[in-house]
Amino acid sequence: MTNDRAPGRKRSLSATLYRERYLLLMFLPVFIYYIVFCYLPMAGLVMAFEDFKMGSGFAGLFTSKFVGLRWFKQFFGSPFAWRLIRNTFLLSFYSLIFGFPIPIIFAVCITQFRAKRVAKVAQVITYMPYFISTVVVVGMMTNFLSPSSGIINQFIKALGGKPINFMSNPSWFRRLYVISGSWQSFGFNAIIFVAAIMGIDPALYEAMRVDGASRWQQIIHLILPMISNTIILLLIMTLGNLLNVGFEKVYLMYSPAVYETGDVIATYVYRQGIENKSFGYASAVGLFYSVVGFVFVLASNMLSRRMTNSSLW
Amino acid sequence: MSVKAIKRRDPDSFLSEGPSDKLLDIVITLLVLLAVVVTAYPFLYVISVAFSDGGAVSRGEVVLLPKGFSLDAFKMVMNYNQLWTAYGNTAFYTVVGTVCNVIFTCLAAYPLSKKEFSLRRKLNFFVVFTMYFSGGLIPTYMVVTGLGLYNSRWAMILPVLISAYNVMICRSAMEAVPNDLYENASLEGANDFYMLTHIAVPLIKPTLAVLTLYYAVARYNDFFNGMLYLGDSSLQTLQMFLRRVLILSSTEILQQAGTSGVAAAAQNTLKIRYVCIVLAAVPIFLVTPFVQKYLVSGTMLGAVKG
Repeated sequence: MTNDRAPGRKRSLSATLYRERYLLLMFLPVFIYYIVFCYLPMAGLVMAFEDFKMGSGFAGLFTSKFVGLRWFKQFFGSPFAWRLIRNTFLLSFYSLIFGFPIPIIFAVCITQFRAKRVAKVAQVITYMPYFISTVVVVGMMTNFLSPSSGIINQFIKALGGKPINFMSNPSWFRRLYVISGSWQSFGFNAIIFVAAIMGIDPALYEAMRVDGASRWQQIIHLILPMISNTIILLLIMTLGNLLNVGFEKVYLMYSPAVYETGDVIATYVYRQGIENKSFGYASAVGLFYSVVGFVFVLASNMLSRRMTNSSLW
Repeated sequence: MSVKAIKRRDPDSFLSEGPSDKLLDIVITLLVLLAVVVTAYPFLYVISVAFSDGGAVSRGEVVLLPKGFSLDAFKMVMNYNQLWTAYGNTAFYTVVGTVCNVIFTCLAAYPLSKKEFSLRRKLNFFVVFTMYFSGGLIPTYMVVTGLGLYNSRWAMILPVLISAYNVMICRSAMEAVPNDLYENASLEGANDFYMLTHIAVPLIKPTLAVLTLYYAVARYNDFFNGMLYLGDSSLQTLQMFLRRVLILSSTEILQQAGTSGVAAAAQNTLKIRYVCIVLAAVPIFLVTPFVQKYLVSGTMLGAVKG
């Protein structure tokens, strides 16, 4: 972006301020919001280096004792550090591997489906779960999988198997998290790919057909290359947010029985900070998490700039 | 290939309708069908259980469609006052929250969409940065409680007033407004507030519809802020209520209904939960189908322009 003002029209600061007074006035409440609810908490991260005591309030930030890297040492020295990092990473990684291709496959199917009206209805039905709350999704999952009354275990019993206590079994946690996540979002995530496929010039299909290509060949040699930019862009964006595990969902799904696979950094921060009131320690772990997340965003942004010429800022 | 076979074909595709295309059609149909069944079945099952006869439910006879018909559990849930308190609170947070969200998002997006605004790039960075780095849970909690918002209805509205991502979507839409319109209005003495409300907003209505949906759904579904900041049960949200009933297996509704007998209790526990799911999902199912045509443009802009 270049400087839009022509050199001859340069004005003094006060003239600019006066000319833009309404824009500035308009942005003022927005500015206050971001300062108070986003930048002030960033400044509050100082408490990661302090022995912050409950009850000293926000002013305690300036009066608390400075302890340097004590909380970071304590975290990385604890047996939980590795488990939390591994769980956070694996939950995101499996969600990506499993969750990313399904919307693309579904988008191809829905656009190639012959009955267009049915396809439209199918699209509405499949994106609806995206708008259902996490509480309801986890609630449905908990009840469907209940060992006593859940329908899944009823099937297992009917087939002569033994009921499985899915929700308190550590080896099921990741699978349930990933499958339910994919169930909830594949239809919505397909919307953008459907739009990209619909945007392909119909003349190109015609040209391939005249050349004798089958519809399978059209998918492989026309549709996929045409939407590859969208795929790469979305993949990079997903990678940038890779470590943003759905905290709320993990919190609602997990229990001490599945901490081994289910406890992630964000839930640990919640327990240490809000429940145990170790604010300093919890914000140190949170700071580590934020920084790693930020590094992912920067890396994905660099990739994006190099590969697609579109950047986040 | 016989003449008859050629005649029967769709004239469009006479060149390339081989057996492999037929197979592809079958596979595609099956996959779409599978997707629809997998998505719709859980909801159908929940509705069926909620309104089936209690005995049939506890014998595990309800698999797809309702068996018998009974409104017992539905009545118990409807007579439970806390549900209505929670519903009312959530309605308040959703309506007031969404209105504030949309207003402040427009106030943020309009200046950022004006190419001649001298602080445009700096303020744009100021907003975007918050998408990628945050103070995290604990400092935010300290700020919100430090402002005295604990156990206040504003705790559900102010901390989530503006989503930077939605500001970007809104800004992109406003950037597409032709500059001539602003210039003409400006010549006639209109200020930026007038231009925002009378030119920009009417022209980006489709985008605003999507943003309103995103915000309303987020406010309606918000569970975590409620859990953090609302201790008082008279302020609690629908999602907090649902968590108690669905996930923590609270039997509060059954207890208040004063059901006598173990058998009746066992029959109704599951049904009560599924009635609650139905009641919570109905508003979402009523709203989302109507915005489909706008969804594509809304999500596209967000993804491409970031």
